[in-house]
Amino acid sequence: MAKVNVDLQRERDSCSFNITELTHWIDGGVQKTEERKKREEMALKEGIHLEPVPSVYLSHKEKYELAVKKACLLFKMIRKLQEEENAGMENYLAVLGGNLGAAILGDGNPLTLHYVMFIPTIMGQGTVEQQAYWIGRAFNLDIIGTYAQTELGHGTFVRGLETTATYDASTKEFVLNSPTLTAYKWWPGGLAHTANYCIVMAQLYTKGKCHGIHAFIVQLREEETHMPVRGIKVGEIGAKLGMNGTNNGFLGFDNVRIPRDHMLMKNSKVLEDGTYVNAPSSKLAYGTMMFVRVMLVNDMCKYMAKAVTIAVRYSAVRRQSQPKPDEPEPQIIDYLTQQHKLLVGIASVHAFRMSADWLWLMYNNVTAELDAGDMERLPELHALSCCLKAVSTDDAAQCVERCRLACGGHGYMLSSNLPLTYGLVTAACTYEGENTVMLLQTARYLVKAWQQAAAGNTLPPTVSYLGELRAGRRSPPWDNTIEGIVKGFHMVASGKIGICVAQIEKRQKNGMSYEDAWNMTSVQLASASEAHCRAFLLSIYYKDNEKQVATVSPELRIVLQQLCDLYIVYWALQRIGDLLRFTSISERDIEQLQNWYEDLLVKVRPNAVGLVDAFDIRDEILNSALGAYDGRAYERLMEEAMKSPLNAEPVNQSFHKYLKPLMQGKL
Amino acid sequence: MMIHTNNYILNIKELWDDVPEEYLSHKERYENAIKKAFIVLKVLRQLHTGNIQITDHRTPTNVYSIQDGIFRNVNPLLIHIGLFWSTIAAQASTEQQAEWLQPDSSMIGTYVQTELGHGSFIRGIETTATYDSTTDEFILHTPRLSAYKWWPGGLGNTANACLVMAQLYINGTCHGLHIFLAQIRDFDTHKPLPGIKVGEIGPKMGFNTADNGFLGFDNHRIPRTNMLMKNVQVLRDGTYVKPKHDKLTYGSMLLTRVTLISDLAYQLSKAATIAVRYSAVRRQSPIKSNEPERQILDFVSQQHKLFITIASSHVYRVVGLWMWNSHKRVTADIHEGNMGQLPELHALACCLKAISSRDASALVEQCRLACGGHGYMMASNLPQIYAYTTAAVTYEGEYTVLLLQTARYLVKFWRLAAEHKPLPQNFAYFEDYIKKNFEQWRNSPEGIIEGFKAIVAGKTKAAYDTLQCNLRNGREFEEAWNMASVQLTNASEAYARSLLCEVFWKETVQLSTKVSKSLAIVLEQLAELYLMYWALEKHGDLLLYSTISRNDIEALQSRYEELLALIRPNAVGLVDAFDIRDEVLCSTLGAYDGRVYERMMEEASKSPLNEDVVNESFHKYIRPVTMKNKL
Repeated sequence: MAKVNVDLQRERDSCSFNITELTHWIDGGVQKTEERKKREEMALKEGIHLEPVPSVYLSHKEKYELAVKKACLLFKMIRKLQEEENAGMENYLAVLGGNLGAAILGDGNPLTLHYVMFIPTIMGQGTVEQQAYWIGRAFNLDIIGTYAQTELGHGTFVRGLETTATYDASTKEFVLNSPTLTAYKWWPGGLAHTANYCIVMAQLYTKGKCHGIHAFIVQLREEETHMPVRGIKVGEIGAKLGMNGTNNGFLGFDNVRIPRDHMLMKNSKVLEDGTYVNAPSSKLAYGTMMFVRVMLVNDMCKYMAKAVTIAVRYSAVRRQSQPKPDEPEPQIIDYLTQQHKLLVGIASVHAFRMSADWLWLMYNNVTAELDAGDMERLPELHALSCCLKAVSTDDAAQCVERCRLACGGHGYMLSSNLPLTYGLVTAACTYEGENTVMLLQTARYLVKAWQQAAAGNTLPPTVSYLGELRAGRRSPPWDNTIEGIVKGFHMVASGKIGICVAQIEKRQKNGMSYEDAWNMTSVQLASASEAHCRAFLLSIYYKDNEKQVATVSPELRIVLQQLCDLYIVYWALQRIGDLLRFTSISERDIEQLQNWYEDLLVKVRPNAVGLVDAFDIRDEILNSALGAYDGRAYERLMEEAMKSPLNAEPVNQSFHKYLKPLMQGKL
Repeated sequence: MMIHTNNYILNIKELWDDVPEEYLSHKERYENAIKKAFIVLKVLRQLHTGNIQITDHRTPTNVYSIQDGIFRNVNPLLIHIGLFWSTIAAQASTEQQAEWLQPDSSMIGTYVQTELGHGSFIRGIETTATYDSTTDEFILHTPRLSAYKWWPGGLGNTANACLVMAQLYINGTCHGLHIFLAQIRDFDTHKPLPGIKVGEIGPKMGFNTADNGFLGFDNHRIPRTNMLMKNVQVLRDGTYVKPKHDKLTYGSMLLTRVTLISDLAYQLSKAATIAVRYSAVRRQSPIKSNEPERQILDFVSQQHKLFITIASSHVYRVVGLWMWNSHKRVTADIHEGNMGQLPELHALACCLKAISSRDASALVEQCRLACGGHGYMMASNLPQIYAYTTAAVTYEGEYTVLLLQTARYLVKFWRLAAEHKPLPQNFAYFEDYIKKNFEQWRNSPEGIIEGFKAIVAGKTKAAYDTLQCNLRNGREFEEAWNMASVQLTNASEAYARSLLCEVFWKETVQLSTKVSKSLAIVLEQLAELYLMYWALEKHGDLLLYSTISRNDIEALQSRYEELLALIRPNAVGLVDAFDIRDEVLCSTLGAYDGRVYERMMEEASKSPLNEDVVNESFHKYIRPVTMKNKL
């Protein structure tokens, strides 16, 4: 390995805790770390991630072709792994989601939806026979599937979908149609040129009646020739801000016929004669969507960890300005304003990781309860996953952008990998439920909970604070501690929800319908929902960190507590307006918080590099000229630039074609 | 004339792409842009024969905006046209100008300042220009990797000459940064000259047709007379003649920051036009369950995202022009030998550049996200506008560095106030704050403007107190400053916001008397919306530093929601009034006709991937996997 930058080495030498210990803690134990490292080594030693000419230089079409090539090689590799180890889904998940997948297919994988949506939807919504028929072929990649829900004119509002599947009892077939241009399926990954099968969400019509959205398996292309099947119009939707390797496509149906048993019938059924048999509960269908949202929160942690690793290491290497005439330029990480931008990013990774773990546990519990027929906690889970999806993607996008901007102009280079990371993260703000819509979903739950509390009912755990705070109306004296702040955030959330409820009631009294009053209040409702989520995040981080640090070494414990304090005080200062409105915090308390915050920045500063090193993200995964472990930022920037095909020749042909004739013409 | 030129240029067929730029490879994209750049340059030269003195065209207008449509990005000759010639005109001696400013010059130039290891802190630049009196030459040299020039537009493959910022050394003494004209490529063959290492820096988030380059010198010699010598001279014998005023060299940077504000206003109007028109066409979810799906523009949460963008575009247009006029006045004063106003202008330009770039990029991104997934498509043009806008946060002076520049200015006046010394009129409110002369809160635009001034005073005081406390605790000034810097940037930001609110409101009130009644009402609504929006965003600061009450905030919130409802019916009219041609807007979502879905499908069909029903990768990679059992 090349020599490590001296500044970076010094940072590591002066770290006050054992970096490996922290890595183990993050991974969930020594064994987990070893497993992860082994998997990374196996996946990367094949060299699939290597690109002779980085894909950022390729044309859109070449980028897709390279992505397909890699995706197929990746599949072969996983199959080999499976044969050797006989493992379960672990390898698939590890390679498809998160860091490893992004290292190999940096700008999206055209086969992702095959594994993440196509197969799971059949497993979740197909009958036993359907599963037996489809899953094996799909796992073996005899067929390639995707999942088509959104349409050109319809996104988050699923009920608005226009694609129809009309049952024809005479042939026992469904007939699929795209009645208008806006009904064209639009966005699904892998749909354009990769998949030959697809799960299509369509309005089911039978016996002249619409029964709402159902899932159908449709063949798109011939297995042998890959030519589109008759009546199918399919293609790609064009270039995007990011994810240009995913091959997002459009799809139109012109009287496409599929057998009756291609409707996924675990829950609702259409009998041969066209009789519709209803599902026991319509809520069951939300399972996959909720699963994806839970996974998303986890993904956001990984992207934030990457971004903050890049920015912190670069800030330790970069030197700028000369506050004192006779001293060398300081490392930019020594500037308090730089610490202010970066250190909270490190803490955010831990905060969201703990909430993600918590949500994952709840998801599993609720799924188990569902299987036992108990749906009581489903609305609570739904509400929590909606706002966490919104807040985690929003925060992550801002964190990545803040890290990019903290790297100055060099962060703007694609070789920093920060722009591409932003492209992936910001996409999550609108897909799988647009963030404002998500917040308003949670707000509905909160308003209901508020009303239940008013009626004296007990509330589910994640909103129980509403009941407690409603009871004691007067603000208690402010307690300027971490615990006090967390409590303050609950008061803010509760206060905001209370005001929304009062607003809606007032507007209704003035003659507005409930729906219009809701719409008029929606800016405040979204903000209340965010406040609820923020209170949840802070309290989980505070409680779980407290619990988890009990088992670590004293040196590490101190640092982890500092990080947690930093995160909570940071958010208190971000929300002073809310705290002033809804708690009895004073100007003096706020001054103290500001001092406390600055003090924490100074305390965390010496361990900043160690803290990001502990995320233990390999250079191949980080893929950043600015953030590599050795800190050779400038050398790597130049090396990456030299890979540009434009630098392969001293004079570009355009000189002879355009520039020279113009100059000779002496215009 | 202007419309005529625009039409003339827009009607040149070769300027329009059959295959949109985003489908091309990095190299093809550059070549395509160069092709267009020279067509445009040819036309511009025809239209302005003999006149390459460029000052007037920078007056904030939409004149050159059609280039946004042609390049969808940046003209690789941007610096050549915009900065190369104007710097020569401003900094070269009369003789040098006579020699270089020829209409038939072979020079394609650029301006080269930042280095791989050095950006906002200009004094840290490492490139050297050492005078060799034996040959009457300067020797340009790049002592190490971090000294490589890095970023200049047009430098990679296009320019054959450049203005280089380098540390001047004479007889072992460093005289600081000076500008030198260096030829870097052969005018005939375009090959790099011996001793020149030049190339492009690679792909970026945006600006991919700007041809940003790197440049290293290996003891490259240029004649002594290639140093720009209007204000400073190096004589034949190596005597260094100092400039009369050392701030003169920063003039072009100041101007760039001033014009940037107007440019950002224009980017905001583009984003607002796209998002508002799309929101009028797009329907999603009924508000009441039995209704059809509503235009998303009817959702108050959507109005909250969009209307502030319309208002902000007006704010930056108005403030940009205001700054342009101040700059003109100050420049005229400087020519008269009066430098008095320069520090104020510098302080204003720094914080306004920082806040305008930050606001603009945040709002453009808000517009893009408000278009849901479709905003993520390049064909919406919103990703490109964001990439273009966000670059301004770090170039021409990094955001935080600039805020801290303005903070020095604020601290200076706070110190005067704290020591009860006389203050200039525009900082009289510092004294009021110290004397606790608080006015009773008024929920009106004027009241909010007063409130924002109180915030500036309160935040400057807090930062100043922290600074003083650090000093009392024995810290050196630089260290104490650093420890207070988060609060100092907060004060600076508040100062910028208070300026924006005050200037915008005053100009709007004035303008309202000159336009029709119906327009005046709408303009005032927009201005009020801007003030209410920011009062609510900063209500914590208002609670801390003004006499606002909790009830006032609830009233502000209601008024804000009322304003959204009042503006809603005119939203499309307001963006139509920006009058941005479809060819310039370049957006499937935002075109005047609102044929959103048709255009999206049309654009998709331009993808080279859609030319073949089956991509060749199927045969090469997919089929061997899916057909493994049958092959």
